[in-house]
Amino acid sequence: MRAVAARSRQLLAVVAVGLACLAAITGCGGSGSDDSDQLIVSAAASLDTAFNDYVDAAGIDAKMSFAGSDELAAQIRQGVKPDVYAAANTTLPDQLHKEGLVGEPTVFATNTLVLAVPHDSRIESLEDLTKPDTSIVMGDPTVPVGSYTREVLDRLPADQSKAIYDNVRSEEPDVSSISGKLTQGAADAGFVYITDVTASDGQLRAIQLPADLQPDVAYGAAVVSGAKNPDGARAFIDGLLSGDGATALKEAGFRPPPG
Amino acid sequence: MRRATFAVGLFLALFLVLAFLTLPIVAIFVHASPADLIKSLGEPDARDALWLSLKTSLAALAIIVVIGTPAAYLLATRDFRGRTVVVTLIELPLVLPPAVAGIALLASFGPQGLFGSALHDAGIELVLQTAGVIVALTFVAAPFYLRQAQEAFAAVDRSLLDAARTLGASEARAFIRVAVPCAGQGITSGMALAWGRALGEFGATLMFAGSFQGITQTVPLAIFARFSTDFTSALALSGVLVLVSAALLLSVKMLGRSSVLGGGAT
Repeated sequence: MRAVAARSRQLLAVVAVGLACLAAITGCGGSGSDDSDQLIVSAAASLDTAFNDYVDAAGIDAKMSFAGSDELAAQIRQGVKPDVYAAANTTLPDQLHKEGLVGEPTVFATNTLVLAVPHDSRIESLEDLTKPDTSIVMGDPTVPVGSYTREVLDRLPADQSKAIYDNVRSEEPDVSSISGKLTQGAADAGFVYITDVTASDGQLRAIQLPADLQPDVAYGAAVVSGAKNPDGARAFIDGLLSGDGATALKEAGFRPPPG
Repeated sequence: MRRATFAVGLFLALFLVLAFLTLPIVAIFVHASPADLIKSLGEPDARDALWLSLKTSLAALAIIVVIGTPAAYLLATRDFRGRTVVVTLIELPLVLPPAVAGIALLASFGPQGLFGSALHDAGIELVLQTAGVIVALTFVAAPFYLRQAQEAFAAVDRSLLDAARTLGASEARAFIRVAVPCAGQGITSGMALAWGRALGEFGATLMFAGSFQGITQTVPLAIFARFSTDFTSALALSGVLVLVSAALLLSVKMLGRSSVLGGGAT
């Protein structure tokens, strides 16, 4: 009988400790984000290398989450509040700004869409993508890289663009997922940014698109409304235009914004 | 008094478990009305995804059951050197993150993987193909079945098998007529778990098989693709997946129960 009582006390203690842990974890989470210094950045997957170099160089204490710009925008619409939102287009930040979810967007860089192939590929041009049995991966239509890609393909003659679309084997949620498929040889060709090819350390080769097909790839960033650290967010975005951020972007192969 | 506090503690724990596990599911149906669910079923990409999920998860389940059942039986009934190592290796995918599973599949069966050129020479293409989805689902779901089936076989009373053997049944016959029916309930619950895991698979599928409507875009991938543009329709499709999974699991469980009763009656 006493053993049973002791047992039940033990169990109760375990439950209590469990609850206390739960409270501690949630409590810690709360107090952690109150740390006014830490910056939470939601950024397009293509900014991964550049932003990591930026925070390392500038000594910024930042928690960064990289994904498709559209996924991150959807999170913000669902009430997620990072401090900075940086997208691979200007459309998404502009939309969020109109919805009152982020402040005035700043264009901080431009990029170039390229055709990327594994370094030992025989593919040399868009023309080669029309051949049957060529497997192509591109971004999902909702992610910026996917919509830029469709912009390019839709400017081609109808039969050529149809042949290319017919060879598409996967629509990926973000640009890192496209690069991954290419470096693994899972696909023959894909459309990514020149900066992704630079970041692949020679595993991928970039094939430039004809100038008249090149879309305007501009990156916009904004301070998220209700951000916990708006000053840090503003400083982070300013640093992208001049200073460590601008340097890191340049090294990763981005170009400064027009004007 | 103490007993009462203990009982209260138990109920509190169960309440927390129940609330935490069901609230998110309830939230899906609060946000997506039945009309939304039906509307999402009318969209061709949703129908393609559901059909593909059903096909690929069933194919994976069939492979798992046909090969996994005898393998689990062997593990449950024979003791051999290295058995523990084998069991651990088989269970490893249970604890692997899906992304690791995806990378591992690429590194083994991808074009540049260990068996890439062998598969290529044999004319087998997996990446970015429906077959690749089945491979990914089989990889992540198989351990769930193997584990359950092995436990179920281990729990079968050895004297029943011995009796069958003394009465002249071959070992294969004893396996099919005695062991499998006796382990029926465990086997079916293993099937339900494996099927559920296969239906929900996301990361390994995306990395290994990609995402393309009608070819490799299963329901979880379709939900992810919709998340960014249309949250309501993503919720609706999630609701459909919840209902389909619940129906499948329930019917498998009921089937398991009736087959056990049937097995006992004969």
